[in-house]
Amino acid sequence: MSPVLRLLPAITILAMLGPVAAGLWGTILPAFGHLPAVGLDGPSRVALDGLLDWPGLAAAVRLPVTTGLAATSISLVIVTLIVAGWSGTRVFAWFLRLLSPLLSVPHAAAAFGLAFLVAPSGLVARAASPWLTGWERPPDILVVGDPWGLTMVAGLVAKEVPFLLLMTLAALGQSAERQSLRVAGALGYGRVTGWLKAVFPRVYAQIRLPVYVVLAYSMSVVDVALILGPSTPPTLSVQIVAWMSDPDLAMRAVAAAGALLQLALVVAALGLWRLGEAAVARWGTAWAGGGGRRHLDEPVRLVGLGAASVSALSIMAGLAVLALWSVAAIWQFPDLLPDGLSARSWSRQAGALAATTGETVLIALAAAGIALALSVGCLEAEHRRGRPISTAALWLLYLPLLVPQTAFLPGLQTLLLTLGADIGRGPVIVAHLVFVLPYVFLSLGDPWRAWDPRQATVAALLGASPLRVLVAVRLPMLLRPLLTAFAVGLAVSVGQYLPSLLIGGGRVATLTTEAVALASGGDRRTIGVFAIAQTLAALLPFAAAIGLPALLWRNRRGLHG
Amino acid sequence: MKAQLLAAALLWPATVLAAPDPADWEAVLDEAEGQTVYWYAWGGSTATNDFLAWLGDRVEAEYGVTLEHVKLTDTADAVTRVLSEREAGRDTDGAVDLIWINGENFVAMKQAELLFGPFATALPNYDLVVDEQIVTTDFAEPTEGFESPWAIAQFVFMYDADDAEPQADMQALLDWAEANPGRFTYPQPPDFLGTTFLKQVLTSLADDPSVLQEPMAEGQFEEVTAPLWDYLDALTPNLWRQGRAYPASGPGQFQLLSDDEIDIAPSLSPSEASTAIANFQLPDTIRTFAPEGGTIGNASFLAIPYNSGSIAGAMVVTNEILDPEVQLRAQDPDVLGYGTVLDMEALSDEEAQAFEDLDQGIATLSPAELGTALPEPHASWADAIEAEWVRRYGVTP
Repeated sequence: MSPVLRLLPAITILAMLGPVAAGLWGTILPAFGHLPAVGLDGPSRVALDGLLDWPGLAAAVRLPVTTGLAATSISLVIVTLIVAGWSGTRVFAWFLRLLSPLLSVPHAAAAFGLAFLVAPSGLVARAASPWLTGWERPPDILVVGDPWGLTMVAGLVAKEVPFLLLMTLAALGQSAERQSLRVAGALGYGRVTGWLKAVFPRVYAQIRLPVYVVLAYSMSVVDVALILGPSTPPTLSVQIVAWMSDPDLAMRAVAAAGALLQLALVVAALGLWRLGEAAVARWGTAWAGGGGRRHLDEPVRLVGLGAASVSALSIMAGLAVLALWSVAAIWQFPDLLPDGLSARSWSRQAGALAATTGETVLIALAAAGIALALSVGCLEAEHRRGRPISTAALWLLYLPLLVPQTAFLPGLQTLLLTLGADIGRGPVIVAHLVFVLPYVFLSLGDPWRAWDPRQATVAALLGASPLRVLVAVRLPMLLRPLLTAFAVGLAVSVGQYLPSLLIGGGRVATLTTEAVALASGGDRRTIGVFAIAQTLAALLPFAAAIGLPALLWRNRRGLHG
Repeated sequence: MKAQLLAAALLWPATVLAAPDPADWEAVLDEAEGQTVYWYAWGGSTATNDFLAWLGDRVEAEYGVTLEHVKLTDTADAVTRVLSEREAGRDTDGAVDLIWINGENFVAMKQAELLFGPFATALPNYDLVVDEQIVTTDFAEPTEGFESPWAIAQFVFMYDADDAEPQADMQALLDWAEANPGRFTYPQPPDFLGTTFLKQVLTSLADDPSVLQEPMAEGQFEEVTAPLWDYLDALTPNLWRQGRAYPASGPGQFQLLSDDEIDIAPSLSPSEASTAIANFQLPDTIRTFAPEGGTIGNASFLAIPYNSGSIAGAMVVTNEILDPEVQLRAQDPDVLGYGTVLDMEALSDEEAQAFEDLDQGIATLSPAELGTALPEPHASWADAIEAEWVRRYGVTP
């Protein structure tokens, strides 16, 4: 093995964890009152006191915990019920086709779509007004931005269900689902009861890490909280970002203290979740041992399908209403449709849109390209060494997704600034890589390992070097999963908000930062334009990943699989 | 000889990097050509973004200056940026070249010596600018040439003529809100317009508004601001969403007016509503009123950070925006609707006539209807009011 290849796994881990570690380091010192750049020579309680003095602290601490736990458990229950009730059926296959593209819809676009649907002046209220509700004006009800964060939970659930579902599907293959269900069926168990008792424990063990990712993400998300979350006070993450942009630089120390609190909250919630797992396992063992054959199987099946459909439809309807607003002329309440259509919003934004799309695509191509190269290198090193990835390595892979973004990105920004490093496109790409790499690696890992190694043996027998086997045989044969992994990387990069905002220092404008910046202006037409452009930037690569191999390999039927 | 050449070569860049002098305008123009100016300005208003893009095309064509609008959600971001660059010892070629700055941040930056200048009064077009207090002070702080004015605004209220009527004064507005709960709101402070609304209430209700012009003294806050909190305590339960949520910004209110969720909302400029109507952002039933006794007046300014790498380019942009043609476009309600800072007496007859002929739009108030422009309270008051607002209303349980 060449020395470069030998070093690649270490480089990859460095690229993934280096910024996280540096960011946490840049957080800890200011949090304890040590930020020499603004004349704070710690350790002192300055930052902590600043945090404790903030009147919104109690609510801001409660919100991430309640909304995070709620969003995660609701998403998990929905996914479990739809798989338990329908996996292997035609409905399920149809549902999957519907749901998979939703995975790449950026969080911000999905959140905007939901807001445009459920706001008192949104499409749902319009559809029922005035004939049913009697509303000639939108009712004065606090829906978007409610103090309990319910709308935010709904937005998170809608986006996390597709993610957990695809993770569950990957796990099903290794859970002997069919056999277990057949045995359970033969013993007289209902479909849902049998699945929950026999298959769920094995599946959950495999999707545990993705579930933790969902929990950590939901607790610390900024863009969705800005769009759908409460504002009096906002969530802790949103407030941390606000402190980071305070003209008083000493507030960065308070932001750092808040970041540490955010980290502690996520760790505590993960601990709480772990306890919940133990409790469910205990109760579940007793339940399984009880031998009940059927527990409301049919109603539960329908509830599962209904809930999953609502969550999928809310994203699709949301995108539709975003598209409609982007071409709407005058559109007043309670009209269900605009008075007319106009390309005015698009043509007005054309210039800004072109520039921002260029920046977004450039960053995404760089981040996804580097991530793909590193992943291929690591997987090839793993293949040649003949040792599969260990559990510890898998944890390392998930680690950057488990550390809340608001815990280390502010520290990373402060650190870059105190080092005098130029903030701009380069550092933004590095920051994106932290989040893009794990997804690209996870997406490519299984198909890579599933490749039949006898192909390599045959090629080697014909005299090909290991490099030639890789370039001439393996990569072409794996074109489809490579392109899919690349598309995943692009979609992840396109959807990033906080890394672009904080590390870009406001100078790097991507479709996502622009769309979220527009949220404060509330101009639905312009928001529609940017949210749709953002969605297309994330979705089109997937279409290409599906279309390209079919085109390139039109004379290689065996590769169409 | 060789050593001398080397020394000269080493010293030479220092002379080139010396700040350009606006008095030698030809040299400024030469230096500006080919520079890129990163203009940090709030990006939440479509009309403003379009105007800045238009201005960018203009300075590119005429002076070879590339203008990049960095769209901010909060102007403070730009200040943070410059501050952190200085802390990091980055005293040249900073990221920010030009800031659309508000009074609070201007005071902070001027006192911290983060601004380039004085330059504003030496710009060729500055001779055309009116000589009034509104452009020579900002939040009661003398501008002293460290920022250049580009638009004048005066606080007003927008109302939907179908559902509401103009209110005579702030007390009448409170009575109206109590009679029409849920139909009035204002942007959430510390948003600029939201804070201006608080200042408007305080200035019109304070026993002696003149104390607001001085820096806040120890122990003054409670007594002076008491009328403001009494007013807000009565108003808040009758606000849109009972004050549990607020629009994020001024334009954030347009959608609420369009959807008929509210009937009255504050606005920073007498012609903002006309512009929004022209852009389909507001229904054409929206009109504007100013309560008796005058409202807070405010000028928009541009400032150049001390460490900008394109000071010449930034000055060219700052000067160009004072060009009568650009000012005329900015005042056109179909474009931006910002009040001009130019002195009509200083313009040629033709230019002055063009301003005279401008169709002000249906919702714009004439100067007479607008009444007196009241001065902004000192920045120290604004800070204290914002903090107290957050404590009282920003964290409803």
